[in-house]
Amino acid sequence: MPEETSRRQPTPVRYFYRTFAAVHLNVLNPASPQASDLLWLWDVCWWVCIAILTVVTAALLYIPFRFRRRDNREPPQIAGNKRLEIAWTVVPILLVTFLFVSSVLTARAVDRPVRREPDIVVIGHQWWWEVRYPASGVVTANEIHLPLDSDTLIAVESADVIHDFWVPRLGRKIDAIPGRSNNVWIRATAAGEFDGACAEYCGAQHAWMRFRVVAQPPAEYRTWLDGQSAVAAEPQTAEAKLGQTRFGQLTCVNCHDVRGFHSQKQFAPDLTHVASRKMLAAERLQNTPANLRDWLRQPNVLKPGCLMPNLKLSDDDLNSVAAYLETLQ
Amino acid sequence: MSDLPLDPILIAGDRAVPTHEPWLEWIATVDHKRIGVMYLLTTLVFFVVGDCEALLMRYQLAWPGNTFLSPDAYNQVFTMHGTTMIFLVVVPLLLGLANYLTPLMIGARDMALPRLNAFSFWVFLFGGILLYCSFAAGHAPAAGWFSYAPLSEAGYSTRHGMDYWALALLGIGIGTIATAINLIVTIVNLRTDGMTIRRVPLFVWMVLVNSCLIIFALPALNAALVMLLVDRQLNAHFFTSLGGGSPVLWQHYFWSFGHPEVYIMVLPAFGIISEVIPVFSRKPIFGYGFVAASTVAIALLSVGVWAHHMFAVGLGHAWDYAFSASSLLIAVPTGVKVFNWIATMWGGAIRFTTSMLFAIAFLFTFTIGGLSGVQFATAPIDWQLTDTYYVVAHMHYVLFGGTLFAVMAGLYYWFPKITGRLLSEKRGKVHFWLMFIGFHLTFFVQHILGLDGMPRRVYTYPNLPGWARMNLISSIGAAVLALAVLVMVVNIALSLRSGALAGDNPWDAWTLEWATSSPPPEQNFESVPPVRSARPLWDLAHPEGGRA
Repeated sequence: MPEETSRRQPTPVRYFYRTFAAVHLNVLNPASPQASDLLWLWDVCWWVCIAILTVVTAALLYIPFRFRRRDNREPPQIAGNKRLEIAWTVVPILLVTFLFVSSVLTARAVDRPVRREPDIVVIGHQWWWEVRYPASGVVTANEIHLPLDSDTLIAVESADVIHDFWVPRLGRKIDAIPGRSNNVWIRATAAGEFDGACAEYCGAQHAWMRFRVVAQPPAEYRTWLDGQSAVAAEPQTAEAKLGQTRFGQLTCVNCHDVRGFHSQKQFAPDLTHVASRKMLAAERLQNTPANLRDWLRQPNVLKPGCLMPNLKLSDDDLNSVAAYLETLQ
Repeated sequence: MSDLPLDPILIAGDRAVPTHEPWLEWIATVDHKRIGVMYLLTTLVFFVVGDCEALLMRYQLAWPGNTFLSPDAYNQVFTMHGTTMIFLVVVPLLLGLANYLTPLMIGARDMALPRLNAFSFWVFLFGGILLYCSFAAGHAPAAGWFSYAPLSEAGYSTRHGMDYWALALLGIGIGTIATAINLIVTIVNLRTDGMTIRRVPLFVWMVLVNSCLIIFALPALNAALVMLLVDRQLNAHFFTSLGGGSPVLWQHYFWSFGHPEVYIMVLPAFGIISEVIPVFSRKPIFGYGFVAASTVAIALLSVGVWAHHMFAVGLGHAWDYAFSASSLLIAVPTGVKVFNWIATMWGGAIRFTTSMLFAIAFLFTFTIGGLSGVQFATAPIDWQLTDTYYVVAHMHYVLFGGTLFAVMAGLYYWFPKITGRLLSEKRGKVHFWLMFIGFHLTFFVQHILGLDGMPRRVYTYPNLPGWARMNLISSIGAAVLALAVLVMVVNIALSLRSGALAGDNPWDAWTLEWATSSPPPEQNFESVPPVRSARPLWDLAHPEGGRA
């Protein structure tokens, strides 16, 4: 039921909020049936709350003015009225009952039963997201690609502390808790890129534990998935070849996987196709050659507290390793 | 030995406390009024400290990418801000007021257990100092006031800040429980003749219910704190999944304390409002029975709503529905109160004192906070908006716009009783308007930031459209709030020295604390007036009858 109603035109309320913020506020601008259902409930609740607030505010403006003290006489001493009091007990009970029924309907629409293996497993780490596609063996980080108009089941887990997976325009939050696996359904109905963030405080770099979801038409998605399933291409230029060697000799390889070169399921982001990603370091930086060098040079300045150490690379090492990483399309 | 002076107790006759140096008298005192004043002064100091922490945060967030505070420093500051405001300001502030006022309002000479009372205060004070010693020890706690495991465990919070946090809260918790027991014993046993339970002032009613809630809630926290310390120091695994424990268990413990705690922080505020509004409307409270009974209903419901803090954990629909229903229900007795307060003003003769202005502002902001609370009680809305700035806005509308505005109303109302001098109304009006405007400027835009997806507890944020502007507005509001606090402190300091003399009953109020001098003598009353209704001083002034 909520699904049909949610597709109507923006209400004046939403229009007000959008104008005020000069943007289409994420939560009020859904791109999936799940987020639309949540917005439907938000709207219902909003009108109930606004009605109550209007009554209270009107009373608070009118009564002090109307009944301000004019002389020294004491007003009539009225100590209550049972009928009135019962009335303003019963009306809120009816309202919250209505809200409860609405929220159960919404919850059932958003959280469908799970009867199959997840399409994607997202694992929160201090302070980045590991993204695994079990069917194809693809592993990537901080960038989740989804096929458009297709029910996608995402399992959310954690490798260390509690995180929370949230893409406001696509649906509900769900916690990533060590030792548990949670599920969330997403069906993106608009192509494009959607901001996501860790919503549960998880330590020093909670602020830069962001990610993006890329919803693509199925053919485009298939191409992307095929590209990501391939092992890393061998570097061609001399500098990139040197970079690959140095990547192995320095401690980079102790934490990062590059499938085809070195792979032992380590605990830092998989770099097999790092150059294909839009952003670096969980949305901290645009993925440009200059930023990549900057990041390798001083990760702890760009993201203080992050677990990537400053390896104090020489300029030669910096250039060759960066050149190698840029080949990992 | 015979040349020793006589024991001062013997000279003073019925005066139980020997005279010493003034400072020693304060330290040695078991007088509920002095202990109450020490509570209020201590919380004022911690309030200013907590405000400074808030200002540091708002300065850091005023624009995106600010490097004023490192992430580690920011995380310490927001953890200390939350912990300070909740454990060292709001709760002890209300306990301090309860301590000062309860015996006076029920016509008693002191609390039932004066030494326990002193013990509670000193344990609280040393707990607060211990918490702040963590800075001196190198690192304040940085896992948030809620300290979710496993982030708060030794593996992720390697320094000693967390241990200071747990030990300090353990001490404060013991003090709080002792005060609650003391208040219950006092209210049950020491009411003056004629003060039946239906004639107790509503503030005392709320303090009584509140104390019962403390006894239920605080032990859950203390138990969890001990488990956390055992985990951290002795390598146990209560809250780590690797050793067979559960991080979710911590959340159950913490919130089964933490949600009643929200009501512990707001029920006495309801009590203040229930005293201030009738006096300045010149009418008795509308529906005494409903206001008292709805408090009991809130207390009972509040122990069964904790998992609404955990809707995003993925506990399953059965849990979510059950806790959604109980959380929605709690809106009913709360709404009843708001309507009863408004009805009290209807038909009255309203005096716009600073105290009354704060009470009216309380009704407005608390209603907004209560309504956004209703939104969070419906689980699916919570799935979207929890852990965003929408929650930060909601909870400050309840705790700042709610509790603290009520405390401000109480401050202007009872300051003359406590000190014998009135606070300046002129400076009071400046204080009120600065605080009201600053508050809404700071926190209203945070609703919008939350709707736009800004998570809370972030030390910085990307420069997304609109975010910088809204955060700057919020930070400017915080500066206005700081100015308001400054005006308040100046008002207190100047009025203490040169405020107008108050007399026994400056507001022409009706409860027993106004039947004695301002400030009251050590034994509180020369003689307690007879109590034949909830408004004994009204009865004295209107002997012709007409019970109201």
